Amino acid sequence: MPFLMTMLSGPMEQFEIMQIIPVHLGAYDISFTNSSLWMVIGVAAVSLFMFMATRRLSLVPGKMQSAGETLYIFIADMLRGAAGKEGMKFFPYIFTLFMFILASNLLGLWPSIPGTPAKWHTFTPTSHLIVTLALAMVTFTLVVVYGFYKNGLGFLKLFVPAGVPWWLMWLIPVIEVVSFLSRPISLAIRLFANMLAGHLIFKIFAGFVASLLAAGAWGVIAILPLLGNFAVYLLEILVAFLQAYVFAILSCIYINDAIHPSH
Amino acid sequence: MEPEAAKLIGAGLAAIPLAGAGIGIGNIFGSFLEGAFRNPSAAAANQQQLLLGFALTEFTGLLGFVVAMILLFVF
Repeated sequence: MPFLMTMLSGPMEQFEIMQIIPVHLGAYDISFTNSSLWMVIGVAAVSLFMFMATRRLSLVPGKMQSAGETLYIFIADMLRGAAGKEGMKFFPYIFTLFMFILASNLLGLWPSIPGTPAKWHTFTPTSHLIVTLALAMVTFTLVVVYGFYKNGLGFLKLFVPAGVPWWLMWLIPVIEVVSFLSRPISLAIRLFANMLAGHLIFKIFAGFVASLLAAGAWGVIAILPLLGNFAVYLLEILVAFLQAYVFAILSCIYINDAIHPSH
Repeated sequence: MEPEAAKLIGAGLAAIPLAGAGIGIGNIFGSFLEGAFRNPSAAAANQQQLLLGFALTEFTGLLGFVVAMILLFVF
């Protein structure tokens, strides 16, 4: 099947950022790219979902309303468990974060329409380190600013855990500071690497299917990587949900540090 | 050795952390199941800890992946 081979591109092409509406401001390139497009689509999907869920509110919830309520209760319980009652004032932030990451991850799994130009292909914004790092830095900044705002210099107690023997006092704060500063990096890399690795495996398996189909009589065994791809797809749906959950819960735990710094 | 070959070997070596991450993730789920079968009523309350431990362990393996990507595409 030569037409398949001509359409094939490598597994890395899906992460390429392409301009859709070029915008240049002085020396800066602030074009509307396919990454921006899929972020807008993600936000629109979440807004539409929540709009549908809250449109006709009733005491006995309908399908959409109970789906919305399940997500709300899920995040609210998670935040209350991790950061206590005081943490609930951060609920809008955590819920937005969770829904945005979940929508970005899941929409990136949508198959592209064959034959359309590359810039209209599906794209996962969270597979780019700069996007996840920006999200992680928002959490980090929130924790630092709110921690100092609420506790003053008492926030620094975070770096001196209770019950440390005096002869370790020179070492433990250093380790705590380093681990505190590495939090946004580990948050960002976890989400980015999961999305990147998942989509790469996905496209590599798809490449196996195409090259086996092109191999003539042996093309029958192309069913094996196809089944493998199906399993990877199911795993990726799980990972998309799990990573959004992990990002949100780690944000909750970090916010808890800002609210109750002495641990 | 050609730099290109060294790059590929290095990227391959960077896949070794997968072994450690695999052992760690298996350990987490194994221990969780062991505890959950002993006391099934406490299992649901600890799901959050399970997923958190899973994510933190998986991160070590993913760092290896990031190192491989850096070796392949940055240098």
